[in-house]
Amino acid sequence: MLATKDLLRLATVGSVDDGKSTLIGRLLVDTRQLFDDQLDAVAAASERRGVGDLDLSFVTDGLRAEREQGITIDVAYRYASTPTRKFIIADCPGHVQYTRNMATGASTADLALVVLNVADGLKEQTRRHLCIAALLGVRTAIVAVNKMDTVDWSEAAFRQVLADLQPLTDQLGFESVVAIPVSALKGENVVERSSQLEWYDGPTVLQALEASNAGSWTTTNHGARLPIQWVLRQNGGGRTYAGMLNGATLHVGDTVTLLPAGVTTTVTGIRSGTGPRGAATPGLSIDVDLADETDAGRSDLLATEPLPTVTKEFEATICWFGEQPMTPGQRLRLKHTSRSTQARVSVVTGAVDIETLTVNDATQLKLNDIGIVSIQTADAVVVDDYQENRVTGSFVLIDPVTNATVAAGMVGRASFL
Amino acid sequence: MEYCEETVLSSSYVGPHFMTDHLDLLESHAIFILREVAAECERPVLLFSGGKDSAVLLHLAGKAFAPQALPFPVMHVDTGYNFPEVLAFRDRAVERQGARLIVASVEETINQGKAADPGHLGSRNRIQTVTLLDAITEGKFDAAFGGARRDEDKARAKERILSFRDAFGQWDPKAQRPELWQLYQGKVNEGEHLRAFPLSDWTELDIWQYIEREQMDLPSIYFAHERSVVQRDGMWLGVGDFVELRDGEVAEVRTVRYRTVGDANLTGAVLSDAATLSEIVHEVSLANVSERGATRGDDKFSETAMEDRKREGYF
Repeated sequence: MLATKDLLRLATVGSVDDGKSTLIGRLLVDTRQLFDDQLDAVAAASERRGVGDLDLSFVTDGLRAEREQGITIDVAYRYASTPTRKFIIADCPGHVQYTRNMATGASTADLALVVLNVADGLKEQTRRHLCIAALLGVRTAIVAVNKMDTVDWSEAAFRQVLADLQPLTDQLGFESVVAIPVSALKGENVVERSSQLEWYDGPTVLQALEASNAGSWTTTNHGARLPIQWVLRQNGGGRTYAGMLNGATLHVGDTVTLLPAGVTTTVTGIRSGTGPRGAATPGLSIDVDLADETDAGRSDLLATEPLPTVTKEFEATICWFGEQPMTPGQRLRLKHTSRSTQARVSVVTGAVDIETLTVNDATQLKLNDIGIVSIQTADAVVVDDYQENRVTGSFVLIDPVTNATVAAGMVGRASFL
Repeated sequence: MEYCEETVLSSSYVGPHFMTDHLDLLESHAIFILREVAAECERPVLLFSGGKDSAVLLHLAGKAFAPQALPFPVMHVDTGYNFPEVLAFRDRAVERQGARLIVASVEETINQGKAADPGHLGSRNRIQTVTLLDAITEGKFDAAFGGARRDEDKARAKERILSFRDAFGQWDPKAQRPELWQLYQGKVNEGEHLRAFPLSDWTELDIWQYIEREQMDLPSIYFAHERSVVQRDGMWLGVGDFVELRDGEVAEVRTVRYRTVGDANLTGAVLSDAATLSEIVHEVSLANVSERGATRGDDKFSETAMEDRKREGYF
C-alpha cells in the first residue's frame, strides 16, 4: 500500500490575464501530474489556435468557449499529489460576471492561491476576489507575484506589490500570507527554484503549499456539529443518525444536544465507513447511537458545547446571483445544512462597497452585489455565526419557481464590514 | 523550511486541523452526497456500467444506507457490446447489494428506429445517450448517480457535483448552478433531472487505492491475463466477438489487462503484468499515459469530444 496523505483544498484568486490558469498548468506539469497524452493534446490545441508551443492555460480552460475566448468561465477542479498531501485545486474565473463561479470554488477552500501581475500590481478584480475569499472565511493566502521575468526580477517591483497588498490583507483579516516572486510562464519558483534570484531564499509555491498550516474549512474549535441527513433503522430495531461531522471532534460518551428540540443525551456509539470508532474527526460521514429515545430526523442537528443558536430571524451577509434584483419581502427557499424552509429577506441594511469596504445604504441588491440583510424563516434554523463555523453558518437562497440558486449567504457579518 | 522573513506578510497561524486520511475524507464526501441526493430527490437511480468507478460507487452506496437496502434502483445502459466478465460481475455486485437492476438496451433503441443502426460492430457510443435519456424519462427519475471523475477529462473537470439537465437532457456548461459549500441543491421541475457525481474529486489512483483498501471484487479483465489481441490505431484490442481481424492484421497472444471498461469493440487493453490489486496500484502510480488516452477510442474523435457528448446528455 502507498502511504496515506492528508488533503488541502485551495482556490486561485486574481484578475483575468494575471496568469492563474497558467500557474496551475505549470504546477501540474512540473509536478508530473499530467499524462503524456494530455500534454500532447494541450500542445496540439495551442498550435491550432496559434498561441505558441504550449499554452499552459489550456490545461485547465477545458471548455470550447473558454479556449475560443481565451478566458476562464467556470471553475476547473484539478488534482495534485505529493508524498504527504493531496491537493484539490479550484481554478476560478476572474471576470466579474462569473463571480458566482469564483465563489463556488472559494467556498470550500482552506487556502487562497493569489496570483498578481507584478507589472500591474493590485487590480480592482484582485481586490474584489480577495474580499470575496475573505468573506467566505479563507484566512490563509499564498501570493504568487507573477510575470517577474517581465521586470527583470526586480526586487523593488516585487516589494512595491507587497506594500500595496499588505494593508488590504491585514484589513481583510488574513492570518497567514506568504508572497513568492514567480514566473509561471518560465516555470521559475513554482516547482523549480529560480536561478535568477540572489535576493530571495524563501519557498517555491509548491513548498509553501506543502508546508501550509491552513487547517480544514469544516474544522473549528467551536463545538462538534452533526446535521442529521438520514435515519438508519438497524437490524433488530433501534435507530442511528447519519450525517457528516463538522466543527470539533466527537467522542463516544460526549453529551450532545438535539436541536432545535433542545433535548440532551449521550453518544453511545460512532461508526464511519471503516467501522466502529471511539471518536470522529470533522469531515467524516458517521452515524451515531444515542443513549435516549428521540424523535430526531433529517434537518435536526446534534451539537456539543458551545451550542449554536436556534432562531427564525438573523442578520446575514449575502452575495446575490439572481439576474433580477433582490427586493425586500421576496419569497424564497432557504437551504441550510440538511434543512430547507421558506424564507424572506425582511430588510436590506446596505450594500458593500468593495473599493472602500464600507456598507452603504441600499434598498435592493443587483447581480453580484454583496449586501447585509435580515433573513426571516418559516421554521427555526440552528445556526452558528459564519466566522465560527463555515458549515452551520452558511446557506443558499433558492427561487421557488425556477429552482435557481439566487444567493449565497453567511450568518452574521465579517469583522471588516 | 526557512522562509525569507520579509516576504511573510503575516504568519504563525495554524488553522484547526486533524490529520485525516484522504481516502477516509473522499469516502465520507461521497457517502454524504449519496445520502443528500437520496433525501432531496423523489426518484434517484444509480448508473452502473460494471467498471471500477461504478463498482466503487455501488460499494459506497451500500455503506451509505447499511444495514438498509439501497433506496434507489441500479441501471445499466447496455450497448450489447459487453465483455462477458463484466456482465457476470454486474450481476454479482447487484445481487450482493440486494438492489433492483434495470437494463436499458441500446439494441432496443435501434430496433425501435429511435437511432440509426451503426451496422455490424459500428460504434454505439453516442446512441447510449438516446437510450439513457429515454430510460430516465420512462422511469420518471429526477436524479441519476454516475461514477464520473473530474480528472478523466477537461470538460468533466468543469462540471458541478450536482449537474442540472434540462427537459431535453442537455448540459449547459456556461450556465451551471452555483454550488457553494456542501449545500447540494437538488430541486428540479418535472421533466428535468440532475446528474450526481459522488466520485468527482477522486483520481484514478485514489480509486485503486480505495479498491485495494476495501479488497473489493472487480471484473477479472482488470487483472493481467493472456489474451489474443491485435494492435490497431495504437491500441491493443482483444480479438473476439466484438473485434474481428481486418486484412493484413495478425492476432498475437500477449499478457494484458484493461485499465477502463467500455464497449468491447472500442476499449483497448494495456500490456501489463499487474495481476493483484497492489501491483495495479503500483502500476497506476507510475503511469505516464492517462487511462482514457491509453484505452478509449470514443474520446479520440475531437478536442472537445467529451463536452459535445455531455451537452447532448451523455454520462
